[in-house]
Amino acid sequence: MQLSHAAVGGTEDSGDVLVEVAPGQGTLELEINSKVLSQYGSSIKKTVLETLTRLNVTDAKVIVKDKGAVDQTIRARLVTAIFRAADMKENLPWGDL
Amino acid sequence: MSSKNRLRRTMMFLSTQRAGSIRDAYIYAPDSIIFDLEDAVAVSEKDSARVALYHVLKYVDYKGIERLVRINGADTPFWKEDIRASVAAGCDGIRIPKCETPHDVEIVEEQVINAEKEFNRPIGSTLLQVAIETPLGVRNAYELSMASERIFGISIGAGDFMRSMHARRRDDGAELYAARAQLVLAARAAGVQCYDTVHTKVKDYEGLERDTQLIYDMGFDGKSVIHPSQIPIIHKVFTPTAQEIEKAQKIISKLSNEAKEGVGVFMVGEDMIDVAMLEGAKRIMALAEAAGAYKGE
Repeated sequence: MQLSHAAVGGTEDSGDVLVEVAPGQGTLELEINSKVLSQYGSSIKKTVLETLTRLNVTDAKVIVKDKGAVDQTIRARLVTAIFRAADMKENLPWGDL
Repeated sequence: MSSKNRLRRTMMFLSTQRAGSIRDAYIYAPDSIIFDLEDAVAVSEKDSARVALYHVLKYVDYKGIERLVRINGADTPFWKEDIRASVAAGCDGIRIPKCETPHDVEIVEEQVINAEKEFNRPIGSTLLQVAIETPLGVRNAYELSMASERIFGISIGAGDFMRSMHARRRDDGAELYAARAQLVLAARAAGVQCYDTVHTKVKDYEGLERDTQLIYDMGFDGKSVIHPSQIPIIHKVFTPTAQEIEKAQKIISKLSNEAKEGVGVFMVGEDMIDVAMLEGAKRIMALAEAAGAYKGE
């Protein structure tokens, strides 16, 4: 999936996560900010990479600002940001998520 | 898969816009959760709420609580994608807002069938709930109840209805009496369930109990909920008392015995009992058992 422009998903509310995505420079670039980075950083990274793979996103810059979100919230906010960045609004690939 | 006749004393609305509020909702133990994609979600966040909904339906265990989705109206650009996401994630049912004619149900059912086929869901597994919020909807309540085999219940939404009627809220519910009566009549005639509107004064527990007692006595099956603190009050009203359970047991037992001996009418306490009261007694026992107030023989 090709990203056309920068986009965000989520919020910085407690229990949520703000995900910023933008077209990359030929590769994946990932930045994670979280108060619980030492405990959950690798788990957040795994969730983000799995979701990007599932959506076939290979060229993007992704910034994750975690505020204590659970796994499915991170997935949901990242997917939202990706769909927005790819201008996908209808006939979304729900079965593939 | 959900059952059309399951217990639905409380149906709790949850905004899908707030991530923190939707994942732990099962701890409040409503009978049903209605994930709201409509009024509680800002237009700019409709897409985000839909994706969040998909992920909680797909990945969160709601411990057997029914999971319904209130989609956006057919007069918006959102409703078809709402249905695709909800069905793909395996929701138990769709609540259709602002229904006025059977056509409003038919167009939703068509999209639900398409989504069930597209995402390999069992055909017919997604139930439908009809929300009635206008005078025309109230007038057509029976036709709406019969518009699809998937319909398990109809509900009254008082906010929009009151505005359409130019009516004002009263503590005794008089302003809603005609609509509530027509709805429960239509539901019973059609063989579907019937649910009351939300009590919007969240901290008015006395008013909530009075309102709930009224609709319970009228024959409603449950009530919509906007705050978890309302759930135990409604469940209490909808749970038969020990005396009601005892009397229902006696009616069922005596009707069974007396029928064998050819007796049609008899007394339980001070009440004259005949066979017409059997169905009501059985309903009280079913409600008591479902609510955990009766464990069976």
